[in-house]
Amino acid sequence: MNLLLAQADSGFFRNRSGQTDSCVERNGFCPNWIVHHLDRYVSPFWQHLFLVTVSVAIGFVIAFVLALAAHRRRWLVAPITQVTGILYTIPSLSFFFLLLPITGRGNTTALIALTAYTLLILFRNIVDGLDGVPDESRDAGRGMGFTQRQLLWRVELPLALPVIMAGLRIAATTTVGLAALATYAGAGGLGDQMNSQKEFISNVAVGGALCVLMALGLDAILLLAQRLLTPWSRARTA
Amino acid sequence: MNLPNTAQAEGLSSHPQAATLEFRDVSKTYPGSTAAAIQDLSFEVPAGEVCVLVGPSGCGKTTAMRLVNRMIEMTGGDILLDGESVRTRRPADLRREIGYAIQQIGLFPHLTIADNIATVPRLLGWSRDRIDARVEELFDLIGLDAAEMRGRYPVQLSGGQRQRVGVARALAADPPLMLMDEPFGAIDPINRERLQNELLRLQAQIRKTIVFVTHDIDEAIKMGDRIAILKTGGVLAQYARPAELLMQPADEFVEDFVGADRALKRLALTRVRDIDLWDLDAAAPFALVTGDGGRPVAWERDGRRQDVLTVERDDILRDALSDMLRSEVQYGAVVDEHGKVTGLLSVEIIHDFLVPEAEGEVHEL
Repeated sequence: MNLLLAQADSGFFRNRSGQTDSCVERNGFCPNWIVHHLDRYVSPFWQHLFLVTVSVAIGFVIAFVLALAAHRRRWLVAPITQVTGILYTIPSLSFFFLLLPITGRGNTTALIALTAYTLLILFRNIVDGLDGVPDESRDAGRGMGFTQRQLLWRVELPLALPVIMAGLRIAATTTVGLAALATYAGAGGLGDQMNSQKEFISNVAVGGALCVLMALGLDAILLLAQRLLTPWSRARTA
Repeated sequence: MNLPNTAQAEGLSSHPQAATLEFRDVSKTYPGSTAAAIQDLSFEVPAGEVCVLVGPSGCGKTTAMRLVNRMIEMTGGDILLDGESVRTRRPADLRREIGYAIQQIGLFPHLTIADNIATVPRLLGWSRDRIDARVEELFDLIGLDAAEMRGRYPVQLSGGQRQRVGVARALAADPPLMLMDEPFGAIDPINRERLQNELLRLQAQIRKTIVFVTHDIDEAIKMGDRIAILKTGGVLAQYARPAELLMQPADEFVEDFVGADRALKRLALTRVRDIDLWDLDAAAPFALVTGDGGRPVAWERDGRRQDVLTVERDDILRDALSDMLRSEVQYGAVVDEHGKVTGLLSVEIIHDFLVPEAEGEVHEL
C-alpha cells in the first residue's frame, strides 16, 4: 500500500532536504513530517469550522422558533420532538446520499444534513430551559405588568440561558465530529483531508487531533460566553 | 425608617394617593365547572386601609385578590378602582399601577436586588436618575443597606431579606393599591412577627390601600383594618372591623373560624391606653407611694409596703392581664413612656371590657 501511495505522489515520502523519510516509509507517527506539512490542513480546517458554525447557527434559529411555538402551544412539543428525533437517527451517510440527487455535491447538502442533526438537542434544551423557569418568577412578572413578550425576553429566556447554552455546547461538539463525514457530500473539511490519505497514520492523527481541538475550542468559547451572560448563576449563598 | 414625608408627597412616584377599591357583585366561575369559585362578592375598601381576605383553603381568597389585577378574569359583576372599572384597562397597564407581592416572593434570580426593585419603574419608562433615587429610597424604607445589597443576587439574601425586597419591589412605583398574597406565609414565626410589625409601621407612613390574603385568622386580626371572611365557594361570610368580628360574629361559621379564644384575641387587639382606666385617687384600694417623676414605688397597706406591678400604656391588654395573673395581683399601675403613673388597671376593668353589660349579670351568678 505504501508503494501505491508512493506512485501516486512521488514527493510524498521525501522531506525538505529531498531524502526519503524512514518514519513515513514505516507509516509511523511522524512529528517531523507533521510540522512540515501543517499548511495542507489550514484550508480544510477553516472549511470544517465553516460547516460547523453555520449548521449550528441555522439549527439554533430553527430550533428557537420551534421551541417558542411549542412553549405557547404545549401540544406541539411531542410531534416536534418526534420529527427531530427521527432526523437525528438517520445515519449521516444515508442522509448525504439521499440528498445528493436533490441538492448535489457541496456545502448545501452537508449543511442541510448537519443542521438537521442539531435540531433535536437544541429544541429539547430550549424547551427544557423555558420549562425550568420558576413559576413564581413568571407569576410575579405577569403580576407586575410584563407583557407576554417582555416576560419572554426579560425573564424567561435569561433564566433559561444556562440550559440553552448547555445544549449549544453539545450540539457544537457533536457537529464537529459529524462534519468529518461531510467529505462524502463533497463539502471538504478535515474529513476530506483525512480521507485523501486514510492509510497514513500521521495524516489521520493530525486531522483527528484538529477536530478534537476545534471541539474543545468551541466548547470553551461557549462556556466563556455563558459565564459572561449569566453572572447570577455563579452567585453563592451568602 | 427615616423616610422624609416629602419624598412620598412630592413623589419620585406617579401615584402618591391611595385608591378606594370596590367589589360589586363579583363572581367567577371557571370554564368547565358548574360551581362558582366566587359568588356575588361585594365590599368596599376605603382608601388607605388594609383589607384582609381570610378563610379556609378553597374559599377563593386568592382568586378574589387576583381578580383585582386581572390575573384571573371575573365572569360577573365589576371591580372598581377609584370608581373606574378595572375591565376598561389593558391588563399590563393596570398591573403596573398595582403593587404585587406573593408568598413565594418571585424575585428574579438573574437580576440584582437593585434591578429587581427597579422592575416596574423600568416598565413605566422612568429615567435612570429617577429610578436610582427611588431604589435608594426604598432600601432605606425597608431597612436594608443599599451599598451592601444593591449588587447582590436573590440567592445571596436570607428569607426575611428577600421578603423585604419583595415588598420594596411591589412599592417601587408607589402604587395606590397593593395586593399581598400570604406575603409572610413561608417565613418562620419569629421573623413573621417582625415582618408583620414592619409592614404595619410602614403602612402607618405610606397609607396604601392594601388587599392582604392569609389563611391565618390571627394574622388577619393583627394586620387588618377590615376583614372579609370567605366561605368555601367564594361566599362572603362577614365583612367587618376586627373588633366587631370578634364581638359579633355573623354566624356559626365565622364564630368557628375566629376560634374559641376570640375573647383573648380581643385582648390582643386592644392596648391599655385604649380603655377607660380607674382614677388612682378615687378608686385605688390602697395608697400608692410614688417616687421621682411620679414613678410608682409600692402599695402601702396597713402600714406595710407591698410590691407594685407596673403596666405600660402601650402594652396590649392580653399581656397586661397575663402579668397580673402571673404576679397574683388584682391591680396594675399604668405608667406612660416616662414612667409616670397615669391610672390604674384592674382585672375587673378587663372583665367589664370583655363582657357586655347585659350579659354581665348572668356571668356573676
